[in-house]
Amino acid sequence: MTAIHLGMPAFPAFPAFPAFPAAAGKAVADPVLRANLRRATHTIRDKRARAVAELADWAELRAAGKAVKDHTLRHLDRYLLELEASVTAAGGTVHWAADAEEANRIVTELVLATGEREVVKVKSMATQEIGLNEALEAAGIAAYETDLAELIVQLGHDRPSHILVPAIHLGRAEIREVFAEEMGGWGRPAPEGLGDDPRELAEAARLHLREKFLRAKVAVSGANFMVAETGTMVVFESEGNGRMCLTLPETLISVVGIEKVIPTFRDLEIFLQTLPRSSTAERMNPYTTMWTGLGPSKGAEGDGPTAFHLVLLDNGRTDTLADEVGRQALRCIRCSACLNVCPVYERAGGHAYGSVYPGPIGAILSPQLRGTGSEIDASLPYASTLCGACYEVCPVAIDIPEVLVHLRERVAQGGPVTREGIRVRIRPAHGHAAERAAMRAARLLLNHDDWPVALRAGERLLARARRLRPRRLPGPGRAWTDSRELPELPAQPFRDWWAARDREGRA
Amino acid sequence: MSSRDRILGRIRRATADGRPGPGLEPVAPGLDAGPGLGFDSGFDSGFDPGVPRDYLRVHAERTPAETADLLAANLAEYRAKVHRVVGEDGLAALLGRLLAARGARSVLVPAGLPAHWLSAAAPVRVPDRAASTPCELDAVDSVVTGCALAIAETGTIVLDGGPGQGRRRITLLPDHHICVVRVPGQVVDSVPQAMPLLDPVRPLTWISGPSATSDIELDRVEGVHGPRTLEVVLLGAQ
Repeated sequence: MTAIHLGMPAFPAFPAFPAFPAAAGKAVADPVLRANLRRATHTIRDKRARAVAELADWAELRAAGKAVKDHTLRHLDRYLLELEASVTAAGGTVHWAADAEEANRIVTELVLATGEREVVKVKSMATQEIGLNEALEAAGIAAYETDLAELIVQLGHDRPSHILVPAIHLGRAEIREVFAEEMGGWGRPAPEGLGDDPRELAEAARLHLREKFLRAKVAVSGANFMVAETGTMVVFESEGNGRMCLTLPETLISVVGIEKVIPTFRDLEIFLQTLPRSSTAERMNPYTTMWTGLGPSKGAEGDGPTAFHLVLLDNGRTDTLADEVGRQALRCIRCSACLNVCPVYERAGGHAYGSVYPGPIGAILSPQLRGTGSEIDASLPYASTLCGACYEVCPVAIDIPEVLVHLRERVAQGGPVTREGIRVRIRPAHGHAAERAAMRAARLLLNHDDWPVALRAGERLLARARRLRPRRLPGPGRAWTDSRELPELPAQPFRDWWAARDREGRA
Repeated sequence: MSSRDRILGRIRRATADGRPGPGLEPVAPGLDAGPGLGFDSGFDSGFDPGVPRDYLRVHAERTPAETADLLAANLAEYRAKVHRVVGEDGLAALLGRLLAARGARSVLVPAGLPAHWLSAAAPVRVPDRAASTPCELDAVDSVVTGCALAIAETGTIVLDGGPGQGRRRITLLPDHHICVVRVPGQVVDSVPQAMPLLDPVRPLTWISGPSATSDIELDRVEGVHGPRTLEVVLLGAQ
């Protein structure tokens, strides 16, 4: 094996990000942002706990969801081929994209072939990940985001900061300003004298986007799940913009990560119960759309698009799959529960993670999808206190702390990894630079003004975790089962202390 | 090499770590390997996914009346307006009143909707036609449909484009949707009970309350892009 340093792969949506400590430091110093984040994360986490408590079989559902995903990942080739056959039989066309550039090229060519120069989009993390909007723009195609929060972010020339509520960092007054100033440049301007009541703002978005929905000929979507057995695609949403995009246009192009496939239609019964409760803390989200190719009429009777293209996206997923510890990140169903319980996310905000995937899941997913070659990706595994709250709320039981520690090991000590399908050995980061960066991150997050207690707790935690971490791995698979207790290590759980601090009103 | 072959090759190398993963064991003949929905994708289900399915099929034992009550309560909590009516005569009168109260001048009527349901309704009937443009449909005030089934535990109605339900877009563009659910015939308790009753080949729309967003400071606002008002009529409920 040759030792090579891999540079940061093309990630057009988020070029040249500062490492997490620098970005987090800025966020921590912004009291408005912190207040917004704190209120939002606490509201959702409390609601989620109530929604989950309603189901006596939550543990069993969680185990079943994990098992479905693990099984599928283990046999991903088989299920992707089955999916391809099912979608094709139902009148769809399947494309395979090894990386972002190829996916963007495929979508751009598909749009250009329709003769259209604009598309409507339903929120899709996969297309954000590959920078599709920018690629379409370069080809002279306007891509309109139609999820309210994504619209806010797009109009504001901003970036999303949360998986579920991408504009969580903005208050109503800021949103009003964005609408009043920017809507006119994209289409129907905001109404005269627009106020900042959420109802008024939602109405302005409705009017602005309705004219786009009614004339759109091409839509681009992602999908929450793809069913191999039947070729069924599933999109969960609340606003109806998803239904608009999936129903009205003539051509529908769905860009979906290969890890989103599940074996059977019946498997959906698990995720239909766990995803909404984990995500929006509802028993069920207002709208879920399931479509199978072009339907029984193959689109001839006008119920839905007359052309359906599915672009299956790798872009680092097979490299992630090659890592036996890290591959569990591919179980993620993008519910965002881990963000809302994370003390680091709560203070740092989503932008600090420099990725479309913020929070604890982003800290393990982004460095695997992109590799740890860049400063931001090398620092992400340290953007955590290892408190374990993210693991406890995860509806597919991803052991995020375990993967964080695993990735820290990789950054600090180097070792074999798979990049673009090739097994390579990476060198350790120079002088454990990333680890020093981690300590800086901890100080920025925890040692704020009058919080010596926080600093001590954070440092103690990091120190203990490091001390117990084995220096050398005896073998690639066995070592981590030996150290499985590591994530549960803090006998005095950090989040208990954190919650107690909150109760004392010291925020 | 095509990207398809490249990706499949990477997957096979990534998962060929020498250990039999979960689900490599063949299923014994006669064992149920799946949902038994009768889809034949041409792939042999030669192995057991090994998924533990010891989660509950239903979260409580309920009488049909209790199930209907739960459906009504969960729908109402998600800001749908719930009405109950005993017989078909009462239904026609109720639908007439609901449309009048809304001030609807036109109502979309899917093929297969029982004609007498709208016998007391004043608005102009607009049939669901494939040729209708989105702009034409956007101009209609209300829509009345049936459903495929409803799920009590989650407060969800599911439409599958069958008779009386129409194309997906007719329950999306008008601002007012009235959905009639036959109780107890069309009501199940739970999501696991609903799945075997649904045909994934049909386009499925799951609706739990009106269109809503919480994107602005997490304040829930009903009605962004879909119907702002959802009224559910439980037909046959006591």
